[in-house]
Amino acid sequence: MAALINVPATAKRGDVIEIKTLMSHIMETGFRHTVTGAAIPRDIITDFSCRYNGVEVFRAELFPAFSANPFITFFTVATESGVFEFRWSGDNGFYEAVTANIVVT
Amino acid sequence: MSVSRFIAAAILATALILPHADAGEVAFSERRSGSTFMAPETQAMQSNDTANPGMLGVLDGATLWGKTIGAAEKSCASCHNDASTSMSGVAARYPAFDDTLKRPVDLEQRVNLCRVDHQRAPPLAYESRELLALTALIGRQSRGLPIAGGTDPRLTPFVDKGRATFMRRQGQLNLACTNCHDDNWYKRLAGSAITQAHPTGYPLYRLEWQGLGSLQRRLRNCMVGMRAQPYDADAPEMVELELYLMSRARGMPIETPAVRP
Amino acid sequence: MSHRQSSRRQFIGHASALGVVALISARPARATPAAMKTAINDVVKGAPVRAGRVKLDIPPLVENGNTVPLTVSVDSPMTAEQHVVSIHIFNEKNPQPNVGNFYLGPRAGRAQVATRMRLADTQTITAIAKLSDGSFWSATTDVIVTLAACTEEAY
Repeated sequence: MAALINVPATAKRGDVIEIKTLMSHIMETGFRHTVTGAAIPRDIITDFSCRYNGVEVFRAELFPAFSANPFITFFTVATESGVFEFRWSGDNGFYEAVTANIVVT
Repeated sequence: MSVSRFIAAAILATALILPHADAGEVAFSERRSGSTFMAPETQAMQSNDTANPGMLGVLDGATLWGKTIGAAEKSCASCHNDASTSMSGVAARYPAFDDTLKRPVDLEQRVNLCRVDHQRAPPLAYESRELLALTALIGRQSRGLPIAGGTDPRLTPFVDKGRATFMRRQGQLNLACTNCHDDNWYKRLAGSAITQAHPTGYPLYRLEWQGLGSLQRRLRNCMVGMRAQPYDADAPEMVELELYLMSRARGMPIETPAVRP
Repeated sequence: MSHRQSSRRQFIGHASALGVVALISARPARATPAAMKTAINDVVKGAPVRAGRVKLDIPPLVENGNTVPLTVSVDSPMTAEQHVVSIHIFNEKNPQPNVGNFYLGPRAGRAQVATRMRLADTQTITAIAKLSDGSFWSATTDVIVTLAACTEEAY
């Protein structure tokens, strides 16, 4: 599974920075059927979170109306150098975690 | 959805079945990429790498590029090293003439020939995640470079065959590709722009597909829309059509991985 | 819209005449404006929701309902005392009324989230923000989903 994360590599303390995330996932709604009429079971990401040096700064709950390959952007204040950790979890035991570093001056 | 599909087919039939004087290929000076027909939101999705879901395929492709496979225990990188240098401009000149087969092969076929001949690995299925990822990675290395399809003189008879297929009426609606993409490209079909059939960004992320797809998949969609029997994945007609379309788009910049509605 | 509805009614009429009513009842339940109200009340729990402070940016005419970009921003200083706690997006005609819930906080700096959603049909989208003082604010937008042509479904 691939994920695309856009976190600025550097920022000034107090800057409001934009974070963009794109995660590879089919987001099967559970409302579709095969050509023979069999229901296709739901398979979606249900939860996303962003931790900044271990502290949760953003969280989202996702529903089947989310597009395939969920794209979420949000903002946070650059407070200190460190690590952003992004986590996606969902149906069928789906779990992915990705980190990105930032240097705050 | 079946009702709306019927309406779409009805519009298609009434708008296009009426004989229209064959205007010939779209004029060189009027050529436009499909991206210029898109809403600004969709254009933004394509142009920003973090927002472009096709880039997820490119990332997957980069992983596969370095993976050792097959009886020869080779990765793509074992022979081709860094894709960002070795694959620059490659997708822009495909389908290319194969010396052994004496016919053009598209990028998908080239990847599979490499796997079978050099890596001693089984070929990848058409439209499989892996094949789309590898072709997206290779295509990405030509982004911004001019399409150079069909410039090899040995390809000329195959370009001509592809053009003939493009111009030939087929299917229950008795339409040729040219009836939409040369004669009526400036119109809309239901909610969609018709566009000019320049394959500038394949494999591309189509919102309709919710994933990456090849030019062949797009061609099959068109044929289904015309109520024609689509060609098989490895049919020579498919590669000839791809080749003709790439020669038609010669000089236009590659956008892979593009985004389309 | 009215075209499609009347065609569907005709189809249902023909279908019941042929005794294939089971085919119709097998369709998944769709969210309705009433279902959206219920989903909203699950979040606001009876509190009044006022129009304003929330901006919902979504193209009025979308090219494909599978991937509709939208941005929600809320007018808030985003301080420890006054900030947006959460943003909730709802729709009235997808099979389910919920789209997403986003939990922010004073560390966000700016109360703005963007994502992409699916829209099964032309409909109304509502975004609701919960503020740190317990108040709820909302914005509502109509979106037209156009019909795609020449897709691979042959029916």
